Amino acid sequence: MNNFSRRDFLKISGMAAMVGALGSVGFDLTPIESYAVELSIKSAKQTTTICPYCAVGCGLIVHTDKNTGKILDIEGDPDHPINEGSLCAKGAALYQLAENPSRITQVFYRAPYSDRWETKHWDWALDRIAANVKKSRDDSFVHKNTAGQVVNRTEGIAHVGSAALDNEECWLLQGMMRALGLVYIEHQARI
Amino acid sequence: MTNHWIDIRNSDCILIMGSNAAANHPISFKWVRWAMENGATLISVDPRFNRTASQADIYARIRPGTDIAFLGGMINHIVSNKKYFEEYVAHYTNASFIVNHEFTFQDGLFSGYDHEKHRYDKSTWTFVKDENGLPKRDPSLKDPQCVFQLMKEHFSRYTPEKVSSTTGTPVEDLMKVWETYSSTGKRMRTGTIMYAMGWTQHTVGVQNIRAMSIIQLLLGNMGMPGGGVNALRGESNVQGSTDHGLLFHILPGYLGTPVASVTNLAAYNEKNTPKSQDPLSANWWQNKPKYIASYLKAMFGDAAKPENDLGYEWMPKPEDGKNYSWLDLFDNMYQGEITGFFSWGQNPAVSGANANKVRRAMTRLDWMVTVNLFDNETSSFWKGPGMDPGKIKTEVFLLPCAASMEKDGSITNSGRWMQWRYKASEPPGEARSDGDIMVALWKRIREAYGKDGVVPEPILNFRWDFAQEGQYNSHAIAKLINGYFEKDVTVNGMTYKKGDLVPSFAFLQPDGSTSSGCWLYCNSYTEEGNMAARREKADPTAMGLYSGWAWSWPVNRRILYNRASVDLEGQPWSFDKDILRWTAENAWVGDVPDGGWPPMADKKRTKRPFIMKPDGLASIFGPGLAEGPFPEHYEPLESPIYQNPFSSQRINPAAVIYTTKADTWSSNDRRYPFVATTHRVTEHWQTGVMSRWLPWLLETQPELFVEISRELGELKGIKNGDRVVVSSPRGQVDAVALVTPRIAPLNIQGKVVHLVSLPWCYGWVHPKNSGDAANLLTPSTGDPNTRIPETKAFMVDVSKKEGA
Repeated sequence: MNNFSRRDFLKISGMAAMVGALGSVGFDLTPIESYAVELSIKSAKQTTTICPYCAVGCGLIVHTDKNTGKILDIEGDPDHPINEGSLCAKGAALYQLAENPSRITQVFYRAPYSDRWETKHWDWALDRIAANVKKSRDDSFVHKNTAGQVVNRTEGIAHVGSAALDNEECWLLQGMMRALGLVYIEHQARI
Repeated sequence: MTNHWIDIRNSDCILIMGSNAAANHPISFKWVRWAMENGATLISVDPRFNRTASQADIYARIRPGTDIAFLGGMINHIVSNKKYFEEYVAHYTNASFIVNHEFTFQDGLFSGYDHEKHRYDKSTWTFVKDENGLPKRDPSLKDPQCVFQLMKEHFSRYTPEKVSSTTGTPVEDLMKVWETYSSTGKRMRTGTIMYAMGWTQHTVGVQNIRAMSIIQLLLGNMGMPGGGVNALRGESNVQGSTDHGLLFHILPGYLGTPVASVTNLAAYNEKNTPKSQDPLSANWWQNKPKYIASYLKAMFGDAAKPENDLGYEWMPKPEDGKNYSWLDLFDNMYQGEITGFFSWGQNPAVSGANANKVRRAMTRLDWMVTVNLFDNETSSFWKGPGMDPGKIKTEVFLLPCAASMEKDGSITNSGRWMQWRYKASEPPGEARSDGDIMVALWKRIREAYGKDGVVPEPILNFRWDFAQEGQYNSHAIAKLINGYFEKDVTVNGMTYKKGDLVPSFAFLQPDGSTSSGCWLYCNSYTEEGNMAARREKADPTAMGLYSGWAWSWPVNRRILYNRASVDLEGQPWSFDKDILRWTAENAWVGDVPDGGWPPMADKKRTKRPFIMKPDGLASIFGPGLAEGPFPEHYEPLESPIYQNPFSSQRINPAAVIYTTKADTWSSNDRRYPFVATTHRVTEHWQTGVMSRWLPWLLETQPELFVEISRELGELKGIKNGDRVVVSSPRGQVDAVALVTPRIAPLNIQGKVVHLVSLPWCYGWVHPKNSGDAANLLTPSTGDPNTRIPETKAFMVDVSKKEGA
């Protein structure tokens, strides 16, 4: 008897099924077949992740090609005690969140009164944002309120977001925004 | 969730109400089905016969916004038919407390209402104290002024007929649900509630949950496996983002944000630390001074010293009594009071109630920074429908960020499980992780304020030692969140060195000698390692705790209030509901006990089980909420009936209502005769930014539809597939009509009331002409405790689109 695990089985059968199914609908699969043959599960590194959609927290395994660094496949993690490898439609589609031609890959900027986006460099954008933050903060900062109490706040800048960030990013963000003096700090949890 | 996802399998009766878990938390149904295969009953109560309903043993239809009537009727049923778990109620709740004689309830209002301010003076909502300053009690629960009897009287008005006439649920369906669920009051049985936005997004949202909490306490389900009150949260890390204080009113760990009049740390501790005279109460929040001090030390590092009050002055202080909540934020932005705005991984132009007001508000900004994976209705608001870019000054940035598998870090699920995840690949093109963007931006802000600027101290003193070589490092922040000994500290005879990670929040100090970014997470990253990354599958209790998998707060406890799952001797109420037990060796085995003290029978050394309450007991009478200590039915702001069946008080007497010209609303208005609600679909998520751009998902649910009943279809001449316009006082959307028996009209006070429902996940950016946000219809009115908008019950019209 073969002694491979369910996970090994999924790895092998997934690839084969894809090539087999398409062959029957009249497409020329030669280039795909040779690409598929080049793809080797052995050259993929596996990492675990948790689904970024609802809050059940299902486990997934991501296969990344070690040579190209591209994600080859994302599937459910059979070892995860909550989902035991199963996924809903969204988790099952997670590959398309990673590999998607519509992903924003550059900084976009809309100038005042403009009707279009332009692309910008990171340094330009971050310099400009920092300058905007400083101006808004300096213009609106209140050190002491009318009762003479030290409040060190600005009501001129607001922030929302995000339940989609990692815990560590959330903590850093609340720290930064509070250090800037913001009181309008909100996100998805409120609504 | 007080419990967790896998624990649902331990339930005997699962009530899914205010949630469509089969559609929106699909994998949870693995555990619902497990329970059902072991004999559990599934009850679904929902305005629509949805996917959850199709799996349920019992389905009951309900009018949106009438959950308190439904649950109040259940409380009446439980009490009148003696279905409650008497021993649990007497010992673990405040049912026996004697209430102040001046507390009254009359015609929809409790004592102390100010008609001008729309607020309560709660000074009569108190207990009578004995000579020791402790609440007087009647353990027999018979005193007419005790909480139990007042509750019984209050809910005696919720008769089956009155409830049916309000909710539209046939009496026989009410009885079926109430009788089945109340069977979990028996010792051997536990019932759980799975709820979500169908309960929270109302002007009475908090009282909806309060009503269920009262039911769970009466039935002895809190702290029990297969019991609890389970909030099904909607985003992968909304639990974590809430825990880490991304809301105006809380700092990480649910510490209250310090307000203007509280001018120093001692005053903060005095005002915010509850006191208890009761030696049997752990009153765990008495430790607050340790947690706020440790947070300040995490924020300001070495700059936080006892001499400068640990940097307390540098924390921004909201003005006393002023609200900076979501609805207030956009209200002030609409009125031109906000110049700059960060919308970081969020799409308010689609998710915000009264979305037209939100979109208009954005035109008044000087600048907006958005960070996202895809283009969306917020980033591109300036070229949206009805917008003239040539008149909009807002400078907008759209920064490309990394997706979840393109960075290392942790997230916390609804069951409080903090789980680490790993970077699988680089973000595409020039996209960067959000952490890297934060570090890069902060570096520039710090440099600028190093030269000049208004009050630079909080910025310059914000702790930056974890950003090694200017790089974001998630492990460094995770460790700071756990916390360090900031100098050598001796606790219980053991000396910890400066730089050691703190083992748990029991070791945190009030004097600045420890740091912890969030006390609740103290114990998550210790000298033993990164607890969130654990993958051990052992389950010694065989109850699905999986205590070695990842880490849960607090201190890896899996079921909250679990000391209420045992009797006074520390033995489980039921042998097959055993997640915690006191042994002959005088120790607890099972889950991490909710406090290690011996069981209640040891009157000298024990503590009561609800350790976060000042008196250690769960509240049936809850004096802390804005609109009353008992839930009461009020109609939604926009409602199909003129009069509240229960009193002359039509709406929540403390409901939050906004008054700009964008805040139109109208009730009992013939122009908007149909009750509307919103829902979700499995294949899309939230505003659709992370699902509409994915072809595999979009293909399955390509455009906006509105579900209407066959009866409404006939009334308005609408056939399945017709293009229709749904309109409310605030806006309108085009949709495809989905005529279905899933929706049916309701009989409300003898009147036929029609219902429609729309998914809220579509937006004009992509795909073109597939429908815009359902939130263009919803009202900007909010719950007075949380200010969550009432997006689940409002009034609309539906008509065939002209020329379609």
